Amino acid sequence: MGTRVSKRVTAVAVAVAGVLALTACSSPTTTSTGAGDGGTLVVATAGEPDALNPVLNYGVDGGSLIFDGLVARDARNELVPALARELPTVSADGRTITAKLREGVLFHDGSPFTAQDVVFTYQAVLDPKVDSTLRSDLDMLASVTAPDPSTVVFTLKYAYAPFPQRLALGIVPAKALTGQDINKAEFNRKPVGTGPYRVTSWTPGDRLVLAANDGYWGGRPANGGVVVAFVADDNVRAQRTRAGEFDAAELAPKLAVGFDGQAGYRVQRVPTADYRGVMLPMGNPVTADLAVRQALNAAVDRAAMVTGLLGGAGEPAFGPVPPTSEFAEPSIVGKPAADPAAATAALDAAGWKPGPDGIRVRDGRQAAFALMYPATDSLRKELALAVTADAKKVGIKITPEGLTWDAITPRMKSDALVMGYGTPYDPDFVSYKLFGSAFAGQGFFNPGGYRSPVVDRALQEGRASADPAARKAAYATFQKQLATDMPWVFLTYLQHTYVVKDGLAGVTPRVEPHEHDVANSLWWNIHTWTRKS
Amino acid sequence: MTTPAPTAAPAPAESTPRRRSRRLAGAGAVVRRRLLVAVPILAATSAGMFALGAASPIDPAQQYAGAAAFTTTEENLAQIRANWGVDDPLPVQYLRWVGNLLQGDLGWSTSRHEPVTSVLAARAGWTLLLVGAALALVLVASLLLGTLAAYRRGGWFDRALRATAYAVQSMPVFWIGLAAIALFALTLGWLPAGGLTDITATGTDPADVARHLILPVGVLAVAQLPWFVLFIRDAVADSLRDDHVLAARARGLPGRTVLFGHALRTALLPFLTLVGTHLPELIGGAVLVETVFSLPGLGAVTVQAALGSDFPLLAATTLATTVVVLAANLGTDLAYAAADPRVRLDD
Repeated sequence: MGTRVSKRVTAVAVAVAGVLALTACSSPTTTSTGAGDGGTLVVATAGEPDALNPVLNYGVDGGSLIFDGLVARDARNELVPALARELPTVSADGRTITAKLREGVLFHDGSPFTAQDVVFTYQAVLDPKVDSTLRSDLDMLASVTAPDPSTVVFTLKYAYAPFPQRLALGIVPAKALTGQDINKAEFNRKPVGTGPYRVTSWTPGDRLVLAANDGYWGGRPANGGVVVAFVADDNVRAQRTRAGEFDAAELAPKLAVGFDGQAGYRVQRVPTADYRGVMLPMGNPVTADLAVRQALNAAVDRAAMVTGLLGGAGEPAFGPVPPTSEFAEPSIVGKPAADPAAATAALDAAGWKPGPDGIRVRDGRQAAFALMYPATDSLRKELALAVTADAKKVGIKITPEGLTWDAITPRMKSDALVMGYGTPYDPDFVSYKLFGSAFAGQGFFNPGGYRSPVVDRALQEGRASADPAARKAAYATFQKQLATDMPWVFLTYLQHTYVVKDGLAGVTPRVEPHEHDVANSLWWNIHTWTRKS
Repeated sequence: MTTPAPTAAPAPAESTPRRRSRRLAGAGAVVRRRLLVAVPILAATSAGMFALGAASPIDPAQQYAGAAAFTTTEENLAQIRANWGVDDPLPVQYLRWVGNLLQGDLGWSTSRHEPVTSVLAARAGWTLLLVGAALALVLVASLLLGTLAAYRRGGWFDRALRATAYAVQSMPVFWIGLAAIALFALTLGWLPAGGLTDITATGTDPADVARHLILPVGVLAVAQLPWFVLFIRDAVADSLRDDHVLAARARGLPGRTVLFGHALRTALLPFLTLVGTHLPELIGGAVLVETVFSLPGLGAVTVQAALGSDFPLLAATTLATTVVVLAANLGTDLAYAAADPRVRLDD
């Protein structure tokens, strides 16, 4: 008996010793930390792209590191020429856009960039067989042609002033993808672009390794390469940042606070166009009452939300056009703190009288409604609870309900919802569908069924008019009407927070959209970053 | 690890192989029978996955669009669903999947945008390495610690071990992981905080990977250890009072031989069952550990697949897990037969 046991135990011991030997031999043959070798910069983020192909929604607004669009955006988010030699010209009727291409640009594989690549990229987006959600953003595009190898002409179905903003989409090489199923092409994992970095390797869930494109048309990158680490969990990312692994990392505001004043690091709070607010549906008899909406708008304490819920990384929101935008109407301002007196005055004037339990009542109907939020989004949950508490103080009873999106969707016509949207690029991009009556009740577009002829007209004029002054006037009208009707109670704009190591030069924050991962984060211009040491 | 001296072996060494081969005589038939049973089990599991998928209210196209879902037209989303064929009737989808499976094609992962086979190829190895190393560590540590605790039952080591085991059992594994990072990576700086290799490493150097796996394997093992330690301790403590152990002691065999050769031996049998039944829990723990230590294993993608209604990938990972569990059960039974003369396979 003893022998067999001894043999078996020995076998286990040997197996374990092997495993331990494998795990224990910790000779640091590779470098110990990310910093300090070969001019490679390491950044960390939570969001990981699904595919590294602009046609399949990778970095569609530029800043993608691997690809270039016909145009790019500078530090103030203004369009500058990229693969186009100069900013594209728009015809008098606003329906023909012509781009002259930069000559002598090469893809990472050495093949030349031509107009055919541009045509291929945009046609791929429009191809129904391609799983691109970008098609919805380009529904004005009728055709794209290349009259000669260095000219591309876009023809639109209708005049659409913000179209040049859509030309930041990265251009893919036609040669690498022609005749392939773009949805499943190998290219999506091993992409070839014209951008400042080429892809060395991508291990999904772990990292993306980029090497400098020495032949970059915009000049050789100032560093040797970039590693983007994908660390989904906020706490883990904070811990690894603390361990010194990353030169720059995106962190949740409350975790970034821990790095304030810590030697060797600085915290960058970057403004965004990403707002959160409460959508008040017109199909609910309580929220459809203007007095209730006005009272809510006055009752919410936006300043407390920014300091309490966002850790200071945000600012109060009063409308869908961010204050950083050139289209922001200066008269759209409110009080960051709660104004219960104004709220109760609005309710009193409309005949909502406090009932025995403190909830206001009018014509036998309580001022009560449900406020939905996606249960997995902790910030929206906290905002919903804060709104609930603020509303209670003025006699409006809100029942917060955390739900999944499939439970929320069918109820959006009649129940309030904490929503978030926003893009810094053009006020048309989101607002046209979100507040246009033509989209009332269509999915997420205008779920509350808000209808205003003034807003409809302003939004239409804003997208059709080529004159910047006329556009600005149209969006001013839009914002004022929205502030009058209050189909939403806007709460806060978020700020994205990053922790950056000292000694990095070239970090230039710019206003960010909601989506930011490899592309469009603080490191949108990382090819100009250097490490001082 | 200490092993009993061969000189103390009561059974003649040369008879061992013959006896064991006779004991495992029915093994071939058992394996064949189990394989036959496995086919309907796997079919039922995969069909169940698809039925659950049909009942799921999640729209995979919306999940795929992510934040863009809010600016994407319904027409656009419908076109993408049509491209994937996810609106087809369930039996059609299932038969298509089975047909492809028989040709060796596991399908296309809509949440990962690559063939399911390449998802598995790239990630399953790391999960297996993590689970395998953790399991080995758990086995050795629990046998050693449990037996020592049982030997001096009620002593300070036994009491400390039990208290620790109960405390660890009550800690969530991700919490242990974060605590381990805080201690070993941040405070002491001995080990990396996460990832599979150094962040600027260009390849997967085994030594580098090993250094990065020490914490995850350790954390997973520690989280799973209490069950096994307590079990071994009780079982060995019981068997220390068994007749054959008392008899061995009475014959004057050395204490170590009695403890590991006789008492532990008897206690090992139910322990094998415990290993078999705890394997799924170990895999579940691996999912969390992979998340905490940012390891590119199967854990994170399985969660992502479930959230995104990605049934080809879900079905594949579920099937793979089912196969592992079935194999573990078979292995347990065979090990039982090898270890216990009273168990016959050819019944």
